[in-house]
Amino acid sequence: MSMATQQTQDWPGRYYHIDQILDKPGPRTDPDAFVGGDTARDFLRNQCKVLVIGAGGLGCELLPNLALSGFRDIHVIDMDTIDVSNLNRQFLFREKDVGRPKAIAAAEFVMKRVPGVTVTPFFGKIQDKDEEFYKQFHIIISGLDSVEARRWINATLVGMVDEDDPESLKPLIDGGTEGFKGHSRVILPTMTACIECTLDMLTKPTVFPICTIANTPRQPEHCIEWASVLEWPRVFGDAKKLDNDDPEHITWLYEQASKRAAEFSIEGVTWSLTQGVVKNIIPAIASTNAIVAASSVNEALKLATNAAPPLQNYMMLVGTDGVYSFTFEHERKPECPVCGGETVNMTVNKDMTVQELIEHLQETQNIQIKKPSLSTSSTSIYMQAPPVLERATRPNLEKKLSELVPSGTEITVTASTLPLKLSLRLTYS
Amino acid sequence: MIKIWNMKKAEGSGPKKPKTSAAQIRVQKDVTELELPRTMKMDWPDANDLLNFFLTISPDEGMYKGGSFKFSFAINSNYPHEPPKVKCVPKIYHPNVDLEGNVCLNILREDWKPVLNLNSVMVGLQYLFLEPNADDPLNKEAAQDLRSNRQNFIRNVNRSMAGGSVNGETFDRVLKDAE
Ligand SMILES: [Zn+2]
Repeated sequence: MSMATQQTQDWPGRYYHIDQILDKPGPRTDPDAFVGGDTARDFLRNQCKVLVIGAGGLGCELLPNLALSGFRDIHVIDMDTIDVSNLNRQFLFREKDVGRPKAIAAAEFVMKRVPGVTVTPFFGKIQDKDEEFYKQFHIIISGLDSVEARRWINATLVGMVDEDDPESLKPLIDGGTEGFKGHSRVILPTMTACIECTLDMLTKPTVFPICTIANTPRQPEHCIEWASVLEWPRVFGDAKKLDNDDPEHITWLYEQASKRAAEFSIEGVTWSLTQGVVKNIIPAIASTNAIVAASSVNEALKLATNAAPPLQNYMMLVGTDGVYSFTFEHERKPECPVCGGETVNMTVNKDMTVQELIEHLQETQNIQIKKPSLSTSSTSIYMQAPPVLERATRPNLEKKLSELVPSGTEITVTASTLPLKLSLRLTYS
Repeated sequence: MIKIWNMKKAEGSGPKKPKTSAAQIRVQKDVTELELPRTMKMDWPDANDLLNFFLTISPDEGMYKGGSFKFSFAINSNYPHEPPKVKCVPKIYHPNVDLEGNVCLNILREDWKPVLNLNSVMVGLQYLFLEPNADDPLNKEAAQDLRSNRQNFIRNVNRSMAGGSVNGETFDRVLKDAE
């Protein structure tokens, strides 16, 4: 980027406030990490590429905050289109945008409002992008409402860490809100606790006992769950899977739930409640989104510039009773299925059989795994138990590893003597 | 950013590229360390897909002794945040199982926690055959029969397991010798 174009976009004092922080260390700045001045400014404004996942309630706060903090190469990905019900809190969208992709409308708005900032939108699912895509970013900020999507991006970023290439480590800043409650957290994949390490902390979706929804419904939610959990599979069987994103499916559920509600004299079943229950939509409050997004963007700014130490590593916000926040350090779990467990690289003879590898794992010093079970993501190589799986995988014992597992593929080894697993990467000689 | 990359350099080698999903790893760990009692048998239609399987429970005591009950387990990628989806395959006469195969077991829904595992679910299912629970009915007629006349209920169970009808509903034959 040439200096000339930059200057036409900037005006005197544009970065006056932010430069105060970048130019001199503060009381808590790490003296070893602080570089400040032109280096920090240049990285922030001309090099740093940041990805925002989600252009919903949090995304609509994250994007302008990033742009106004001096990030100039911002990317955003979201698979949703704008619904009229989003307009009450997703401030980047106007009535004319209803039906348009959120990522595109949000990007346009921020670029129009903040000169010199490029926001590149992607309308689609995060799962459709590969490692090459995520590799280009320096920092990733997620503002998601789905546990599944969080687990996916977390596992992807942990998986991308290449020990020989420190830049392959992409900090993930995760924000989340639920009514008056929220959190923001900083994850340095493979270095600090990841999403999967703390899976039991995540809020479970509300589900009702199946016998209540079958027999004794008392709330509109019970009628809606009856329609989706019991009635849909009874009527459509395996032939038609319920798609929560299909408005026609929601309408069908709404109609069934309404009939049932009438039968039990329950009031309050509406189309939007039906959608909310089925999709497990959590009430969103604009100000909670604003607080959490602000914290997440501050963390991005700190990580990008070293102006202050980053959050260690989880900030919990409780807005139900005054405003209370608490910051603590989540620890990594040795038995975490995503970031836990060792990875062992091994070079073996291309004629080595599965049986020989198992013996090798049992005998080798500093591995010594008793009765290991081995798999790749698509193949059960050998399972020690139960007997039926052992019998089904036994023929593989005689086979050559090089025929079953391509070089470099990760083998997951589990055994009762391991906290969870060991990852094995084989190359053949 | 530079600071973190330097920290990473100093830290050295660690885990990398977990291509197998967290759900798959958990399930592999769960199933290969199961100690199946004589009353339980598992089957995988495809041994390379650990996430979909059948469990057959053949109670050796209680009112359902002599029967053999097959359940399908479907585990999705959000396991263990979400519980496995379990259905009873044959149509059976049981207060806590409806005619569609839905099962009323608290840990399959409202009381599921990620620290639970497949073993917990399997033990819970087996318990339903030892102690059918009339207070949480999915099959209201069966629950009513159990509450009002236990002897009659036991006769109904036996008739249903042999493939007979109860309250006008015909059930699948699930006697163990029928296999
Ligand atoms: Zn972890």
